[in-house]
Amino acid sequence: MVVYEKQYDIIVVGAGHAGCEAALAGARMGRSTLLLSINLDAVALMSCNPSIGGLAKGHLVREIDALGGEMGKMIDATGIQFRTLNTRKGPAVRASRAQADKQLYRARMKRVLENQENLSLKQGEVTALCVVEGEVRGVDTRVGVRFLGKTVILTTGTFLRGLIHVGLTRYAGGRAGDLPAEGLSDSLRDLGFEVGRLKTGTPARLDGRTIDFSRLEAQYGDDPPIPFSFSTLKIERPQLPCHIVYTNERTHEIIRANLDRSPLYGGVIEGVGPRYCPSIEDKVVRFPEKERHQSFLEPEGADTIEIYPSGLSTSLPIDVQFALYRSIEGLESVEIMRPAYAIEYDYVDPIQIHSSLETKPVRNLYHAGQINGTSGYEEAAAQGLMAGINTALRVQGKEPLVLGRGEAYIGVLIDDLVTLGAREPYRMFTSRAEYRLLLREDNADLRLREKGHAVGLVREDEYEGFLEKRALIVAELERLRSERLAPSESDRVFLEEHGLADLRNAVSFEHLLRRPDFSYRDLEKLDSRCLSLPETVREQVEIQIKYQGYIDRQLQQIERSSKLESCRIPESFDYSALQGLTAEVREKLMRFRPDTLGQASRIQGVTPAAISILSVAIKAGRGK
Amino acid sequence: MYLKDTIAAISTPIGEGGIGIVRISGGAAEEIAGNIFSGKQSGGMQSHRFYYGEIIDPESGDVLDEAMVVLMRSPRSYTREDVVEIQCHGGYLLVRKVLELVIRCGARCAEPGEFTRRAFLNGRIDLLQAEAVIEVIRGKTEAALALAQHQREGHLSKRISRIKEGLLTSLAFIEAYLDFPEDDIELPDCRQIETSIRESLARIEELLDGFSEGKVLREGVSVLIAGKPNVGKSSLLNTLLREKRAIVTSVPGTTRDIIEEVVNIKGLPVKLLDTAGIRDSEDEIEMEGMRLTLEKIPLADLILFVVDASRPFDYEDILIKEALCGHPFLLVLNKSDLPVEAVVPDDLGSAGTISISARSGEGIERLRDSIFSLFIRNGARDGRDFTALSQVRHRDALERARRHLESFLQSFPAETAIEFVALDLRDALHALGEVTGETTPDDILDQIFSRFCIGK
Ligand SMILES: Cc1cc2nc3c(=O)[nH]c(=O)nc-3n(C[C@H](O)[C@H](O)[C@H](O)COP(=O)(O)OP(=O)(O)OC[C@H]3O[C@@H](n4cnc5c(N)ncnc54)[C@H](O)[C@@H]3O)c2cc1C
Repeated sequence: MVVYEKQYDIIVVGAGHAGCEAALAGARMGRSTLLLSINLDAVALMSCNPSIGGLAKGHLVREIDALGGEMGKMIDATGIQFRTLNTRKGPAVRASRAQADKQLYRARMKRVLENQENLSLKQGEVTALCVVEGEVRGVDTRVGVRFLGKTVILTTGTFLRGLIHVGLTRYAGGRAGDLPAEGLSDSLRDLGFEVGRLKTGTPARLDGRTIDFSRLEAQYGDDPPIPFSFSTLKIERPQLPCHIVYTNERTHEIIRANLDRSPLYGGVIEGVGPRYCPSIEDKVVRFPEKERHQSFLEPEGADTIEIYPSGLSTSLPIDVQFALYRSIEGLESVEIMRPAYAIEYDYVDPIQIHSSLETKPVRNLYHAGQINGTSGYEEAAAQGLMAGINTALRVQGKEPLVLGRGEAYIGVLIDDLVTLGAREPYRMFTSRAEYRLLLREDNADLRLREKGHAVGLVREDEYEGFLEKRALIVAELERLRSERLAPSESDRVFLEEHGLADLRNAVSFEHLLRRPDFSYRDLEKLDSRCLSLPETVREQVEIQIKYQGYIDRQLQQIERSSKLESCRIPESFDYSALQGLTAEVREKLMRFRPDTLGQASRIQGVTPAAISILSVAIKAGRGK
Repeated sequence: MYLKDTIAAISTPIGEGGIGIVRISGGAAEEIAGNIFSGKQSGGMQSHRFYYGEIIDPESGDVLDEAMVVLMRSPRSYTREDVVEIQCHGGYLLVRKVLELVIRCGARCAEPGEFTRRAFLNGRIDLLQAEAVIEVIRGKTEAALALAQHQREGHLSKRISRIKEGLLTSLAFIEAYLDFPEDDIELPDCRQIETSIRESLARIEELLDGFSEGKVLREGVSVLIAGKPNVGKSSLLNTLLREKRAIVTSVPGTTRDIIEEVVNIKGLPVKLLDTAGIRDSEDEIEMEGMRLTLEKIPLADLILFVVDASRPFDYEDILIKEALCGHPFLLVLNKSDLPVEAVVPDDLGSAGTISISARSGEGIERLRDSIFSLFIRNGARDGRDFTALSQVRHRDALERARRHLESFLQSFPAETAIEFVALDLRDALHALGEVTGETTPDDILDQIFSRFCIGK
């Protein structure tokens, strides 16, 4: 084994969505960082759908951006169709989604990495960790080099012992066209980690020249497209439509007739798949009453003919795939460029990590992304960013940055992982956030910009822009509180139009905005000064006033639980010495070793009574 | 657990005729006391001073009890927080009512050992004492666990779980609509959700009604036997006591001149109060007996107004009738085996009349039935089948669930901001979860995935 001469502050293993954010964050915080990956042509590659965002995922991207991460800027620069989802619902569940030009996305990320100071990019497969006395010292690669690092972040995605299934055919691979990572998960097992197996899948990629688009309904993005990043002023790239197709009874018959050749139904696949991303055979079996299933044909980029048919992932054999896709109207003579497949891979149960993402068994080792049992680019990037920040902070000798459940979806994500584990691939949903009404896309900067700036990831010019915006919001809220509408001096027509004809006394603008049928737009008609403010400020002010009752209620809920959340359990806490716990609870606590009382309270099966006992014991300094 | 809020509990074991103390601790203690206590001075209360006054329900204006109230400002109190103690005189049921009022005014029902824990966490008691606290909490915890276990198997839990299922289904519909905009899921008919929520609300209200039944079953009721001398009060008492195995305990009268006996009527503990102990032929003492009877009327949960059916209804009967005004009573026409002479005023009949013969035992069974069903309304007869909401805490949780559902219905349907309205549904589930266990996000997702075909 050749020991490379340089010691890095941070070594990141894997240049997927988690690895890229991690490496950029570490390097931007001034740490010497090495990014190692199996194939340098495949950085930040989108293994599945060529899109970023969606419900709760869009929220994650905005948070990543507010903290100074890269993903928002990436998609703004390479997106080919932007849409805001749920515009007819309230602001807390409005979310951004965009189609990406997949190759552009990859190429731009490579360029950003290459231009980043303090960051070296090297090709290499890590086969083992070098750990001395419970502390990681570096990594070994397949070609026999040992790289030394003060901290190591593993972001290996679907690659650990990756096994690809197409029908009953299977072969080792990390992703179609990529080598798997062998060896590393054995090294993890040897170090005492519990390693499990999960499964996911992806549809075929279709040849766009063989699709009859003229018969399909087109779906266009929003005009103008609204960017993800708080720093992007405008989306410049030309926008493309998607097209909608539907399966039919014949499609379903083909599937039913061939279920015995599915690795899933044949029992060949042992890994647990995500219920929210079922294969088409799953949908047909579980919802037999549904006559058709919808699919969006998404372009993989502006410069390619490859098309991604969403919702049509399958692990059926290739001949069934031909028949299946061709049974769909508009796809009668479609050619498959890349077959659909399922993949099984190793992951490390995340109850073995702290909320800083550092592993419990091995000091200075961090896990981020799909290795923690999540799925999705945004979930991966969010963890990568936090791991990058926290390794840099560790090297600087500082406390980790841990976001609370009331602060960010990122906080919910990581807290869920460490307290619940991942028995199936974990994806973010807004329903997972108990403080959902506070965690909106529109206020991600208000929630997180300052933290991103404090660790050194938000550039000064960006931060200044943020401070300005925040000051405008504060001033406008103040103004709306003091300015009044006097009915006697007002236009009667306006009053009647807005149901204010009965108004006797003057009311503040704030009061007016609280009325369900009175919007900031209406106020603009009354008071032209509103118009001088940026749209984002107007939106923010309106939301904060309109929903203040609910927002305050959620703030109180956070306040009530803050005591538990801030009460730390010493790492060496001895649960076996604690009297009064049931055996089951004790076993749970010893297995999870929660960081805080708040975490302990969310572990399934840990009762409020147990939390009382724990809290007293911690206060009394017992259990040490 | 939540140090920030204000907690309350009954802090003394309550003896017969003794004083019961409701203790409130936390930032809102003084404010709550201010809202319900009439005896404070205009400038508020001074710390560590006793004030005398009345406890008044600010909503109805009803006077619950007279009380001594003391405020102990932080840090000079047991918990080192602002503490208010309300000393009530009216016996157990009244103390409970005062506690319920305090909770309605914003306090939370304290967890077992919570005052002590706060005292400890705030540095009021030392390590040595803390060890004891752990023991105390442990004891309480285990008791609570046993209770919880019991309830888990019991009716209450089943009934609440059923309510939760209904709410969860409605929530799943809303959440699926919110979280999967690309899977063309439409909100089901709003009326359907509304109807289902209204149903759950009705069930919660039923449980809340049952709460007082549960309490009554646990703590029993006091029944006063009233009537002029010689109408057969003591033979009625003896008849009710006759079945030896029905007797639970025999508490000697707290004053020499009142007899108290506890009997078990179909599982309902009934404390019978009788002035029979002073039966004597001397007029003076007879009058004294009347006075005592009249005094006891407001304290009893039910009065058996015994009239001798074989004699005319006279001025002494009328005197008692006047005193009964506004109190729950049953008219018991004794000596039904003799020719009926008494002509009972019309306005008495509506209260419920039962003819008995204390001597022969005739009608006694019907009397027992009537007593029982007066306290235990709709429902099974053998006492075991009741949903015993054994703690104020549960009622507290159900009340909160009810409030959230009401507020949900007020703003639903709301097309534009339905995720905000959904907060009420979530909070209602959370409140019910305090009794039967939390609804986790995974429970919601399970529902969604089993109902909807998700996945683009
Ligand atoms: C077939 C398939 C279908 C999917 N379907 C979906 C879906 O429907 N929905 C969804 O949300 N997500 C889906 N995903 C998941 C999504 O692609 C991932 O969640 C996301 O890319 C994870 O990001 P990551 O950074 O953790 O890992 P990845 O993006 O997988 O990146 C891992 C990187 O690590 C490198 N690497 C791995 N091991 C080593 C090693 N030992 N040494 C050096 N480098 C190494 C790899 O070369 C790769 O560059 C799918 C993935 C696949 C493969």
